[in-house]
Amino acid sequence: MPAPAGAPAIEVAHLVKHYEVHHREAGLLASLRSAFSRKRESVPAVSDLSFQIAPGERVGFLGPNGAGKTTTLKILSGLLYPTSGRVRVHGYDPQHREAGFLKSVSLVMGQRHQLYWDLPPVETFALNAALYGVPEDTFRETLGELVELLSLQGVVEKPTRQLSLGERMKCELVCALLHRPRLMFLDEPTIGLDVEMQVIVRTFIQQYNERFGATVMLTSHHMDDVTALCSRVIVIDHGRIQYDGDLGALVRRVCPAKQLVLKLAQPVPRERLAARAEVASLTEAQATLRVPQEALRTVIPQLLAELPILDLSVEDPPLEQVLRELFAGASPLGGPAA
Amino acid sequence: MTPWQERRRAYLAMLRVEFANATHYRATFLVFALQSTMPLIMLAVWWAATEDGPIRGMGPGDFAAYYLASLAVRQITASWLVWGMNGEIRGGGVMMRLMRPVHPFLAYSAESLAQMPLRLLAALPPMIFALLWLGSAHFTRDPLLLGLFLVSLAGAWLCEFAILVTIGTLGLLVESSIAIYQVWLGVHALLSGYLIPLTMIPEELRGAVALLPFRYLLSFPIEVLLGSLSRGEALRNLGVQWAYAAGFLGVALAVWRAGLRRYQAYGG
Repeated sequence: MPAPAGAPAIEVAHLVKHYEVHHREAGLLASLRSAFSRKRESVPAVSDLSFQIAPGERVGFLGPNGAGKTTTLKILSGLLYPTSGRVRVHGYDPQHREAGFLKSVSLVMGQRHQLYWDLPPVETFALNAALYGVPEDTFRETLGELVELLSLQGVVEKPTRQLSLGERMKCELVCALLHRPRLMFLDEPTIGLDVEMQVIVRTFIQQYNERFGATVMLTSHHMDDVTALCSRVIVIDHGRIQYDGDLGALVRRVCPAKQLVLKLAQPVPRERLAARAEVASLTEAQATLRVPQEALRTVIPQLLAELPILDLSVEDPPLEQVLRELFAGASPLGGPAA
Repeated sequence: MTPWQERRRAYLAMLRVEFANATHYRATFLVFALQSTMPLIMLAVWWAATEDGPIRGMGPGDFAAYYLASLAVRQITASWLVWGMNGEIRGGGVMMRLMRPVHPFLAYSAESLAQMPLRLLAALPPMIFALLWLGSAHFTRDPLLLGLFLVSLAGAWLCEFAILVTIGTLGLLVESSIAIYQVWLGVHALLSGYLIPLTMIPEELRGAVALLPFRYLLSFPIEVLLGSLSRGEALRNLGVQWAYAAGFLGVALAVWRAGLRRYQAYGG
């Protein structure tokens, strides 16, 4: 049943998911034993997850490997049944797999594809248009726009197996967006792509969200994806939410110090830098220092007066560092943010 | 577009793409043609065995007609569906299929039906050869029975499809359903009439075998084509066959729903 206007795009309440895993040791005896008696264990993947996402939001879903990110995404897209809890996407229960639900969402997984391997992508595009009930003229118009935006002229008529990884990924995005979904689940969409392609994919997703108001839920280990696309992040670890809120606030809470990046005209001994601030890294040409926000006004003039500095920039610490410190327990958050 | 027109457009699109996929490798036709050689081997065996006299009323020409018809019917009804489904489930490819707003069974049926032109190309030569070599004496000339043969062929395909998609779906519940499929192939070969005509089965077992659905997957259409059944018998058995088809489809859908609940969506 579709949600009324103004309702959240995604509602998750007390979601729990356990996997049943078969344990088997290595060796011939273990193999023989396993043929007659199997040891099974229930592994919790998601434990009591609750959150809401409003229509049009771009949300990063972060966590270390095995945290429960992809499991949550699969439950929201209807691929997995939850062990318990309540899930609604656009008002639908994803597990019922109603046509209205499936036509309103799209799933892009960096390691999976829906293009036919031996056929040109244009065949899969035409198939998807028919399956999703996209009128012929709308399909032609949308396809033309997407091909133009992603520079796929001359590419979509070649067999998929003859395309580069970047071209295939762009075609997968076209496949996923032909039916103009209101919600995109993106699971590692830039995995394996070079830097230029990562930027193209990010820019494209941002433009799609801004133009059509589509909700975006993204998991990625490329933190640049998250910082470029998402103002809100949900951090999950061991199946539980560790943080849910503004990305900038997360950075300030976990790593309150700023990073000063100094380009040096000549090498500087570490001790001279350490006298003013914590040294994060040092080479002959560049030094990175950690300085508390409130100390910047005094430290920067001192450094400029004392050191041979060609250039200086003040940056937030990289998100990778923030998450490393968070998951290492170095910077406890004290519960999910409001 | 009405919902019916949308569904028709979607199904025709699936047939078109699956046909393009099936014909991409021109050698696929050869594979279809060469995969079902067992009837020819059995034909040679029974031909030799009946050279000195018929067995249970079947002489060399009868066995030739039977096995050539068996070859053609098996071409139409066979499918590699179970292998494909298991590969998709184990490799994670089924996830993208589940995201489409069309029931996967419809997609699998389109895949199977799209191969039909190639399978017909492989099935026609043995039938044409049979007619040229044996003449039409071994085949029915009753237009009603010929029409019922086509309906029974469709029924056999539907029964086989429903059973294969059920076995493939078991891949959602167990680690692999290929072993179950291998057992099925063995039982099917024996009890459907693929290895030996069901009239050759001992009298004491024939009653039990007749109650099982295997006959309707292969032997029944052949019996209609060879004129072994009267019109009434053919119609009655057709009802049983299509009832089996409906039952198997119901079981397949129930197993699919149960399988989805247990599915663990392997892979990232």
